[in-house]
Amino acid sequence: MNLDTWLPGLIVLSSLLPGLMIFFLREGSHRLRTSLNLSGALLKLLLVGIMIWGVFHEQVYETRWTLAPGLELVLHADALSVLFVTLSTVLWLVTTVYAIGYLENSPHRSRFFGFFSLCVTATVGLALAGNLVTFVIFYEALTLATYPLVAHRGTPEALRGARIYLKYTLGGGTLLLLGVIWLQVLAGPNDFVERGILGSLPDALYPQLQLIFVLLIAGLGVKAALFPLHGWLPQAMVAPAPVSALLHAVAVVKAGAFGIVRVVYDVYGVEFAHELGLLTILGTVAAITILYGSLRALTQDNLKKRLAYSTVSQVSYIALGTAILGPIATIGGVVHLVHQGVMKITLFFAAGNYAETLGVHKVSEMDGIGSRMPGTTLTFTIGALGMIGVPPVAGFVSKWYLGLGAVEAGQAAWILPVLVASSLLNAAYFLPILYRAWFKQATLAWPAEHIPAKRLETHPALFWPPVVTAILALAAGLFAAAPYSPLEWAQLIANREYGL
Amino acid sequence: MTDSLIWSIALPLLGSLLSVVLPAWANRIGLFSVLATVGTAASLLWLVADQGEVSYAIGGWTPGLGIALRADALSALLLFMTALVALAASVYASAYFRHTAQQRHYWPLWLLLLTALNALFLAADLFNLYVTLELLGLAAVALTALGGKRAALEAATRYLLLGLLGSLTFLAGVVLLYAGYGTLDMQSLAQRLVPEPSSWTAATLITSGLLIKTALFPLHFWLPPAHANAPAPVSAVLSALVVKAAFYLVLRVWLDLFAPLATSGLGHLFGLLGASAVLWGSWCAIRAERLKLLAAYSTVAQIGYLFLFLPLILQGADAVVRQTALGGLVLMAIGHGFAKSALFLAAGVIQQRAGHDRIRDLGGTAQSLPATTFALALAGVALIGLPPSGAFLGKWQLIAGAIRAELWPWVLVVLVGSLLAAAYVFRLLGHAFGQARYPSRALTIGREEIPALGLAMLATLVLGLASAPIWPLLQRSLNLGGIGP
Repeated sequence: MNLDTWLPGLIVLSSLLPGLMIFFLREGSHRLRTSLNLSGALLKLLLVGIMIWGVFHEQVYETRWTLAPGLELVLHADALSVLFVTLSTVLWLVTTVYAIGYLENSPHRSRFFGFFSLCVTATVGLALAGNLVTFVIFYEALTLATYPLVAHRGTPEALRGARIYLKYTLGGGTLLLLGVIWLQVLAGPNDFVERGILGSLPDALYPQLQLIFVLLIAGLGVKAALFPLHGWLPQAMVAPAPVSALLHAVAVVKAGAFGIVRVVYDVYGVEFAHELGLLTILGTVAAITILYGSLRALTQDNLKKRLAYSTVSQVSYIALGTAILGPIATIGGVVHLVHQGVMKITLFFAAGNYAETLGVHKVSEMDGIGSRMPGTTLTFTIGALGMIGVPPVAGFVSKWYLGLGAVEAGQAAWILPVLVASSLLNAAYFLPILYRAWFKQATLAWPAEHIPAKRLETHPALFWPPVVTAILALAAGLFAAAPYSPLEWAQLIANREYGL
Repeated sequence: MTDSLIWSIALPLLGSLLSVVLPAWANRIGLFSVLATVGTAASLLWLVADQGEVSYAIGGWTPGLGIALRADALSALLLFMTALVALAASVYASAYFRHTAQQRHYWPLWLLLLTALNALFLAADLFNLYVTLELLGLAAVALTALGGKRAALEAATRYLLLGLLGSLTFLAGVVLLYAGYGTLDMQSLAQRLVPEPSSWTAATLITSGLLIKTALFPLHFWLPPAHANAPAPVSAVLSALVVKAAFYLVLRVWLDLFAPLATSGLGHLFGLLGASAVLWGSWCAIRAERLKLLAAYSTVAQIGYLFLFLPLILQGADAVVRQTALGGLVLMAIGHGFAKSALFLAAGVIQQRAGHDRIRDLGGTAQSLPATTFALALAGVALIGLPPSGAFLGKWQLIAGAIRAELWPWVLVVLVGSLLAAAYVFRLLGHAFGQARYPSRALTIGREEIPALGLAMLATLVLGLASAPIWPLLQRSLNLGGIGP
């Protein structure tokens, strides 16, 4: 067996097979399900470790499978895909532990963890996709695998949220499909290539290429929650907390943002996209989304909803970094893919802990929560400061490179104000929460205290995951210059995309 | 080796006769003969993949006098699909009809239907085609009436009348061709046919007859009541196979026989009717209150997709484009066969547990049958045409071909049709998430749930990932634009 041709496929299978097995487990076989889940996650992590090492040393990993004439399933590891695969693999492991604790004794767990595994399978598949066909296949599969998770609780609100989610994502998927097929008719079946594949097409096709770009970005923008296609995200917060973590940090939103990065860099090529005037459109939409999301977050009292609007805003940093021509902005955008994921998952874990332990769902109920749950509140604080962009948390690094990139590209005049305004707004909706949590006294009893404080403030499986991700968020900022750090890796990607 | 041609017809026929004679053994005889038919269908497919085309004249009589059988990749693929669907439907039926009076009538009729289907796929001349078509129609009507309720009988009567109208129209066309050319063997007829008024009239008559049988919009109105009121194992084969057989004939006559008559106007007419079927069928499925009615209207829509391929195949610019489209068409037809039969079998399981199939009140039952609900979901994915399913690959070729030919309205219809399909599928699946008690095991009633699950897996994972050989297979044995000597 040749590892080079099998490794990407194995990484996909390492969660697909446990997922399929879990579906058919008895509801009561808790231990078997947990060990299947965790062994799949650990195996995947091991395989990804091998892949990181190999890609760094310019090893080529590729799995190919013909589906139909002109349609090939290609799983290929390059620097960008490895970044995303690593992010989702690490966060999936943490989220699995969290979900096991969170769903303890609740019904339908086999169904939940089955789809949970399928969800990460689709994410890893689209991260490793070597062409647009493969990307579309996993992108649609991701929609199908997350729908049951959003609907999981089965309440009318959950079903409504799931329906809205489906309307947006299937609509977006249709636009994406049309764009991809159209592009393939014009340019033939092509694999992703660093620096793009379309530059050699005749000028007469440029208008069509522009239209296709709009279709692709609209299709991807639904999952990336670009304004005005973001409407599903705040509605989907009815899902259980681990699912929110998955939607916001590990899988769905990231899949959209990652797709935008792919289309700009490896399909159109960033210089060609700039030549067609497409980067300006993308940058404008991203800037509007950044400000709009933050403004809407200001007024939300529901904690998860506030976090959801914060995601709308933060994910567009990735699109913004992509839309600025120049390697430094690229670094900022790409590295934020990781940084936003790690910070946002911490915030959602913490929010889930508040809800599960004390029944606190609203910002207005959080007075004095820092003294009852200091550990969780500390992780929340690290995540929130990171989102604002306070050094040394990871978010600062992203914003620094984005700003520097804007200056380098000569677009500082409009991008720096957007960044500053957004950071101020971030502070305006996060700092009041921190103030309430740490400095106010709890005046009323907690709404519903499910888990009493013992040695730990909450269940261990709920307590440790945010601690781990908060440490990761700090480490990504503190050791940004260390080898194999996300920043280092983003620099590698930028160098390859610009042929430096 | 050509024996598998004969056995494909003889085995189910033998089974049918035996099950009349030995009603107490009907179950076993039925299952065994269907299982054996799967074997012959597989060996025939193997043979066709190897040799391109297989033919056989029964009794050694030359074509024109005796009964000639012929199989190429198109017929062998459909025959194999038929055998697999038949196997699943039979296994389910053996549980569905257990301890009922209908069991005695079911097996002979169903095996007769299978005989007619296989004979239709293998027939090499027009008169035999007419006979198989008539036999198929009559067996299908009798099976529809098995439900026994008033609605089923009414639907069966209407089905009977329209079926007769269809086959008589077909026969009139056949007679006209015989009067003009003195032969009914398709191969020799194809060589002699010239574009002249009588050929056009014959083509019109034959095609109209088949359009009634395949229930293309606006001639679809008999289908929903018939398919919705028949017993579930019957609905499955009616929707997945019987309608498909008539479509196969449309394809067969226009590819082999009437190819010189094909014009771009005709292609667009087929496209227009197909597009209307997609939109109207999906819309009615969205509004259907009952699960089986939803499935039946979905068939009307899915037949529409098949006709949308015809403009590309009948007058596509170059051979490669037409080959690619043909592969996509066959893949969609097969995929629909598996998906729709899975949907009807799953609907049957749910209907028997719940005592009804009103979509609005199905929630609790669906949640107590996770494996069946999973099968419904997979079948739904295939009907929408989402990955990973064969229909996704087929639809991809359809859209790509339509963009290449700049048939933008068809592109739009396919995309809108998919969204409408998603609407009716997820309206159904939404009920699977509720707070009903979850059973301790995923698979609760094995023999009834496994057939639907197996078919749904075939439609999605197997066809979605392993259907690439279909294209080279069709390319080798189907000479587009008329069978050459």
